[in-house]
Amino acid sequence: MTDIAATAPADLHGHAHAHDDHDDKPGFFVRWFMSTNHKDIGTLYLLFAIVAGIIGGALSGMMRLELAEAGIQYLPGWASMLGGESTDTAGKHFWNVMITAHGLIMVFFMVMPAMIGGFGNWFVPLMIGAPDMAFPRMNNVSFWLTFVAFLLLVGSMFVPGGAGGLGAGTGWTVYAPLSTSGSTGPAVDMAIFSLHLAGAASILGAINFITTIFNMRAPGMTLHKMPLFVWSVLVTAFLLLLALPVLAAAITMLLADRNFGAAFFDAAGGGDPVLYQHLFWFFGHPEVYIMILPGFGIVSQIVATFSRKPVFGYLGMAYAMVAIGVVGFVVWAHHMFTVGMSVNLKMYFTAATMVIAVPTGIKIFSWLATMWGGSISFKTPMVWSLGFIFMFTVGGVTGVVLANGGVDQNLHDTYYVVAHFHYVLSLGAVFALFAGFYYWLPKMSGRMYSEFLGQLHFWVFFVGVNVMFFPQHFLGQQGMPRRYPDYTAAYEYWHNISSWGYAIMAVGMLFFFLNMAYTFLLGKQAGDNPWGEGATTLEWTLSSPPPFHQFNTLPKIS
Amino acid sequence: MTSLAQRIDPRIRTAFSAAALAAGMVGLGFASVPLYDLFCRVTGFGGTTMKATEAQANTAAAQQTGRVVSVRFDSNVRNGLPWSFRPERPRETLSVGARDMMIFIAKNESSVPVTGTATFNVTPSAAGRHFSKIQCFCFTEQTLQPGQEMRMPVVYFVNPAMLDDPNARDIQEITLSYTFFPVDEAPAGS
Repeated sequence: MTDIAATAPADLHGHAHAHDDHDDKPGFFVRWFMSTNHKDIGTLYLLFAIVAGIIGGALSGMMRLELAEAGIQYLPGWASMLGGESTDTAGKHFWNVMITAHGLIMVFFMVMPAMIGGFGNWFVPLMIGAPDMAFPRMNNVSFWLTFVAFLLLVGSMFVPGGAGGLGAGTGWTVYAPLSTSGSTGPAVDMAIFSLHLAGAASILGAINFITTIFNMRAPGMTLHKMPLFVWSVLVTAFLLLLALPVLAAAITMLLADRNFGAAFFDAAGGGDPVLYQHLFWFFGHPEVYIMILPGFGIVSQIVATFSRKPVFGYLGMAYAMVAIGVVGFVVWAHHMFTVGMSVNLKMYFTAATMVIAVPTGIKIFSWLATMWGGSISFKTPMVWSLGFIFMFTVGGVTGVVLANGGVDQNLHDTYYVVAHFHYVLSLGAVFALFAGFYYWLPKMSGRMYSEFLGQLHFWVFFVGVNVMFFPQHFLGQQGMPRRYPDYTAAYEYWHNISSWGYAIMAVGMLFFFLNMAYTFLLGKQAGDNPWGEGATTLEWTLSSPPPFHQFNTLPKIS
Repeated sequence: MTSLAQRIDPRIRTAFSAAALAAGMVGLGFASVPLYDLFCRVTGFGGTTMKATEAQANTAAAQQTGRVVSVRFDSNVRNGLPWSFRPERPRETLSVGARDMMIFIAKNESSVPVTGTATFNVTPSAAGRHFSKIQCFCFTEQTLQPGQEMRMPVVYFVNPAMLDDPNARDIQEITLSYTFFPVDEAPAGS
């Protein structure tokens, strides 16, 4: 067992704490491939999410390159590089494959694994004073199902997908009839199986989190004393449990329509393609809260820590998340205002959607009130959190605009929508992820990152994403439809600026990777609690990194 | 060793409750197919038309107010069905509540017998719950021999209740649309 220190970076400094944890760490293969330890599984999820994020981010870079100028420059070439034909049709199909893969990868294999699998696994047990997750082996199953699901999705890009090209070109929504009679070949089947596996993994993970949080809190850790991050994961787990099975049912029906002659969504057999949209968005709308709620939790911890104050309105913050989760299930049809709905139905979905702005507003104002009068230090995690609050507010405001059924008639499926959901997800969720990553990296690795590189990463990234996505509001209002590889020259000006924004953001990411290299090669020892008295949750009472098995005697919370 | 029945781990209980919730949602997902169909037929959602009996038609006929509405007829054939399909007249003007009949003419242009079935709806969709059919070829599958031409009647009326519906009372024109689809010779799974 002498090879552990050489292969696992987290152990390089383990001797500092060797006196308090005589852990029997398993060998490399057993530790990382058959892992049952919540921290190791969390690390696996984070590494996985980073790799998936690089792939999904590279896809968006290719798309921004193609969109930088009017006309089609690169697509046929890329299609032939991947083994397809070098025709215009194959190139356009490859465009559809890229938007599909970018969306699915970022949603299912970057944000969700990082937020829930990564930070959730790492810090929910630590924050509630539990020795591990309730079902460690099931936790392992969740991770490897996600891994296989990702391989299936990436693999689907290399098998025939109809329209003379390779890969599934259906969009992340997989709408019928494009995904049924419109896409021959095995690619869409593979993508659907991938969603099945990722969904099953998330449902198992959700059961695990709910059981852990309900049954394994340390003595004295009542529900109303739990850190807000734990609350956010609890609400998220319930959303997963209620939303994902509906997606599973819907895409199973897609498979039946594709392969077994069923007609759930085929008008020819008495089905209705609009039903698929209802089912998809009954899942899809809670899904966006699944992606953002853990971010709310992370930001709440960080804002309180770096303001050296307890979070303002704790109960309001916790129940605002519950309210967002509940109302999130009754607003789905605002994604489909243009399918032909009565005015009354549109009015209901408009009003219900706007109601969500109330609990969300409670959260924004409570973060501001937490900072008010606090002793604020603008460390890297804090600036990322402030960036999150700014971005999420901008995206929230455009969300209220889009909630109007009448306005949406005009803006539906334009770049305005693209700008909106990238402000709340790509920027909101991603800023929360970076905030959490910098906040907990000293705890997870035992080493401090470079504050200078962290700040540089933030500012370059912040400028880049705003230059990239803000002009897309203008494009959308001018009528640029989403999911198009080409456009009239009138749209070129803002598209070009948007693509430069991507380049700036990519430079910002270089500083992130530099910072990671710095942390693991040269980073200083972090100590148990590098953030001082503001960091009050249980993970900061442990060593950095925490012992392989923690809380052998349960902490008591008064 | 305590037996499981004596002392069920509360974690197992929570996990099974959560799993049951997820399983229930899978069930609801599939149940949504018949439920959605039922919902559309009851509420006329998406322009789904209503079925009516002779007695209901007579009641409606007695409630005529003299208000007229025009009905346009639209006919489509899905690719792969070698039929021609058209209404006898493109439009009809009738009193709200009055019973009317329109003949649709379908002809099999191919040299083999072909079976087709029609889907239908009306626009504006708010008119769906007030558009009642007493008799329609669309309720059953139709088989046409090579070269056979068939005249198929639709007997319908517009329910006077439409005039009391704030979402539908301003409607002056209703379009009734049919699309004929081929019926597979050997439907899978049956």
